[in-house]
Amino acid sequence: MKKIYPDAKSALDGLLKDDMLIAAGGFGLCGIPELLIDAIVESGIKGLTIASNNCGVDGFGLGKLLDTHQIKKMMSSYVGENDEFMRQYLSGELEIEFNPQGTLAERMRAGGCGIPGFYTKTGVGTVIAEGKEHKDFNGETYIMEEGIFADLSIVKAWKADETGNLVFRKTARNFNPPAAMCGKICVVEVEEIVPTGSLDPDMIHLAGIYVHRLIQGEHEKRIEQRTVRQKETA
Amino acid sequence: MAWDRNQMAERAAAELEDGMYVNLGIGIPTLVANYVGDKDITLQSENGMLGMGPFPFEGDEDPDLINAGKQTITELNRTAYFDSAQSFGMIRGGKIAAAILGAMEVDEKGDLANWMIPGKLVKGMGGAMDLVAGVGRVIVVMDHTNKHGASKLLKECTLPLTGKGVVDRIITNLGVLDVVEGGLQIVETADGVTEDELRAATEATIV
Repeated sequence: MKKIYPDAKSALDGLLKDDMLIAAGGFGLCGIPELLIDAIVESGIKGLTIASNNCGVDGFGLGKLLDTHQIKKMMSSYVGENDEFMRQYLSGELEIEFNPQGTLAERMRAGGCGIPGFYTKTGVGTVIAEGKEHKDFNGETYIMEEGIFADLSIVKAWKADETGNLVFRKTARNFNPPAAMCGKICVVEVEEIVPTGSLDPDMIHLAGIYVHRLIQGEHEKRIEQRTVRQKETA
Repeated sequence: MAWDRNQMAERAAAELEDGMYVNLGIGIPTLVANYVGDKDITLQSENGMLGMGPFPFEGDEDPDLINAGKQTITELNRTAYFDSAQSFGMIRGGKIAAAILGAMEVDEKGDLANWMIPGKLVKGMGGAMDLVAGVGRVIVVMDHTNKHGASKLLKECTLPLTGKGVVDRIITNLGVLDVVEGGLQIVETADGVTEDELRAATEATIV
C-alpha cells in the first residue's frame, strides 16, 4: 500500500470529476492545501461544491478557483475576505450555504464518523433553523444538522510518516482533521514526510487510516492579517 | 460624559473571574484582554487554541499561529491546540464560561443580532451563533445608540438574529444592563450618566 505520490497532480489523478463535493481544510489562509488547490485549478473541473470555512482571498487559496469559475456552491461560515466571491454571489453565479462555524466542523466530523445527522442548539430561532427538524431534549429546543459525506478531502498537515500518520502545527490544524475524516478519499499535502517510526505514536494528531494519498511540497503560507506589537525600549 | 471604548472594555473585564475560560469577539471585546490584571484568565480562540498570547514582536510572526480574526498572535506556556470540531465541542458543550461579543442590536428578551444587514454585503456568521448558543454567559459590549442617536437596545431586534434569548448582560457607553424577566434591568450607569439619561436613550422596556 503505497500512499506517497510525487506531486499534487499525480496525487489527484483519477479522483477529479465535475460537480463533485470537496471538503477542504484551513481557516482563512492558515493551514490551507495550497498545492492541491493549484492542481484542481489546473485540472479545469467545474461545478464544484466546496465545504470549507472560508473561500480564500482574491487570487490565493480557494479564491483561485473562483477566478476560474470552477465553484458552483460554497458551504462556509465566513466569506468576507474576497471581492470576487461577493461579485459572483451578487450576480447569481455562485451559491452560498452559510453554516455556523461549529456546525460546519461538526457536520464534517459526523460524516467521517458515519453519523448522518445530529442535534444542536446553535442557530435555533435564526434563519439557519428554517426548514430544519426541531426537537426538544430536557426542555430545550435543538435543530437537526446533517453530516457531510464528501467525494474528496483536500488537507494540509505539517508532517506525515510514510503510512500517512499526521502531525499538525499550532492553529494550522483547524478544519483539517474533520475535513480529512469526511471524504471518501483524502489527499494530504505536508511540509515533510518523515520515515515511518520516527514520529512518537502518542503524538499523532490524525491516524493514517484517514489518509489515502500523500505529497510533500513547498508552501507559501501567506499571512492574512500581520499584527505585531512594539518591543519596549529599555 | 460616558464611557469610551477602553472604559467599556475595562468594565467588561470586571465581569471575569479568576480561573475562567473566555472567548473574546472582535472589536472592543478584544481590548478586554488589556484589563484582566492579575486574574488567571485563559482566552480561547475558536480556530483551535486555548491560552492565546499577545501579538508577536515584529519578525516573530508565524503564519501557522493566528486568532479567529486571522491576526498573527503568540502562544503561552499553558497553550493547547486542537481542531475546529473539538474547539466548538467545548463551546457547544458549555465548557467556556463566558463570551464577550459586539452587537448591532440587542432586545429586551435577550435576542442578539450581530452578523447580517439585509441588502448589504453578507459575510457570514463565523462562530458567533455557536458561541451565543453554547457558552455559560453571554456579555455584549456595544454603543448604546447608533450614529443617528437611535437606541440599539430595542423592544425587538429588526435584523436577522444570531441567537434568541441568549444575552445575559449588556455593557454600553452609558451603563450596564441585565436581561431579566419582562425587560432590561439597570445594573449601573456610566460615570457622569444619570439613570434618566440612560432610560431616555433606551427603546427596550426597563424594569
